[in-house]
Amino acid sequence: MNRRTLLTGASVAALSGCKVLDDARGGTLGAVMASANSLTYRVHRALGGGHTLAPEYTQADIRQGMHPNGSTNPQTADYLALQGNAWADYRLEVGGMVGQTLSLSLADLRAMQAQTQITRHDCVEGWSCIAKWTGVRLGHVLAMATPQAGARFVVFHCFDAIERGLAGEVLYHESIDMVDATHPQTILAWGVNDEDLPVRNGAPLRVRVERQLGYKMAKYIRRIDLVADFTGLGRERGGYWPDKGYDWFAGI
Amino acid sequence: MAASGSLIYRQSGWTRMTHWVWAVSLFFLLLSGLQIFNAFPKLVWGKEAGFEYDNAFLEIGAQDVDGARQGYLDLFGTRYDTTGWLGLQGDTVQAFPAAVTIPSTRNLAFGRIVHFFFAWILVGTLAIWAVASVVNGHLRRDLVPNGADLRKLPGDIADHARLRFHHTRQYNVLQKLAYGGVLFVAFPLIILTGLCMSPGFNAMAPWLLDVFGGRQSARTIHFLTMAALVAFFVVHMLMILAAGPLNELRSIITGWYRIDPEPTPAKEDAQ
Repeated sequence: MNRRTLLTGASVAALSGCKVLDDARGGTLGAVMASANSLTYRVHRALGGGHTLAPEYTQADIRQGMHPNGSTNPQTADYLALQGNAWADYRLEVGGMVGQTLSLSLADLRAMQAQTQITRHDCVEGWSCIAKWTGVRLGHVLAMATPQAGARFVVFHCFDAIERGLAGEVLYHESIDMVDATHPQTILAWGVNDEDLPVRNGAPLRVRVERQLGYKMAKYIRRIDLVADFTGLGRERGGYWPDKGYDWFAGI
Repeated sequence: MAASGSLIYRQSGWTRMTHWVWAVSLFFLLLSGLQIFNAFPKLVWGKEAGFEYDNAFLEIGAQDVDGARQGYLDLFGTRYDTTGWLGLQGDTVQAFPAAVTIPSTRNLAFGRIVHFFFAWILVGTLAIWAVASVVNGHLRRDLVPNGADLRKLPGDIADHARLRFHHTRQYNVLQKLAYGGVLFVAFPLIILTGLCMSPGFNAMAPWLLDVFGGRQSARTIHFLTMAALVAFFVVHMLMILAAGPLNELRSIITGWYRIDPEPTPAKEDAQ
């Protein structure tokens, strides 16, 4: 192929709708291209070490409220019941591959040592928003539950039905590895910008994973499970958006 | 064949191989990049995007004007009607049209997969090229302008303006500056600003984020560098057509290039 045929091919492809890779997504070619993300993940872990810190910002950088996205007003019955009672009956369940299951009220979580950080939220769409988050380190809560040796991932099960299909409601879920779970900036946040977390931003509890994109930071958390793999979890890719074809590792 | 000069071996296999890998990679990076841009069709300056204030200087969208849907490009506060091209194509509301996005449907997830795959190819090929070009002397011999080159700059500009091309073993000074600009300015810039959009990379090199003025600024520089590379591509094609496409193509495919015949009147006199 010479340059002219290549260019002609390219411009014809461009002018007629760029369909050159439209069929690749589900096939071998798509899988090969997607494997580049595994390389990215490994390089991030190798170069970023375990716990390099995400940049933190100052109060002066907070110029607006936290921009909400995705689910902003869950309507599942159990969520509405808890919301109607000002979260008094809310319990965060921690289970799976742990030595000690936990059931923590919002008051229990608030009584733990709190941490506040002003960080930037990056959406996979491309925008960013800076906000101040307050919560307890996920690593602290996990240590209370004493993870078993084989636990590799932390799965967040959420209250919000992100999708209502013929097969019923699809509840949001996401997962991170133990490195991110025990990262010093990974917190279960109940506060944003010096106020209680509002519904649009994930009340009563969401996770902040500051070296990842927004979709990894599950809102409306109901239960946390430690697992060895994603067997039986949706399409077994580790999250609602990963099930839709987005990268499980969203550090880029 | 007195009018025809001799064939010389001008481009090494390393140069030719990396050139074509870049050509293919940049094609896919551009179109998957436009797919990614469509998910947030604005360019913003600073650390974050304003939602309760406006810090965008470019926006592509659709709006209703007198009951009719209209696509627009908003540049520094001035709106241009771009119906059919940008913002609105038929009934489809999206910034860049399907004709220039990969895949052709709205699919941010797969656009990102394509983009990051070819980003790795681009970076890997650049590393191979850099090592090969230092070792085989391509960098020093062909690309870095020397004093003589810079003295020839005004004359070279005049020659290009008159479309009067000299075919020699060496690149002329404008070629050195253009290729050098792509390899030493545009490529590093677009790779580093791309990396700076990664929250994971930001934790490894927060200082680089400050160099570019924040994540949204890095995204904007990434986009503008893309535009500069597209402009380079257009000029590159025009120059090849003007300078003799067959000879230029042969050299970047086979390595062999026909140079202008030497002016040899003195020699003939001697015979």
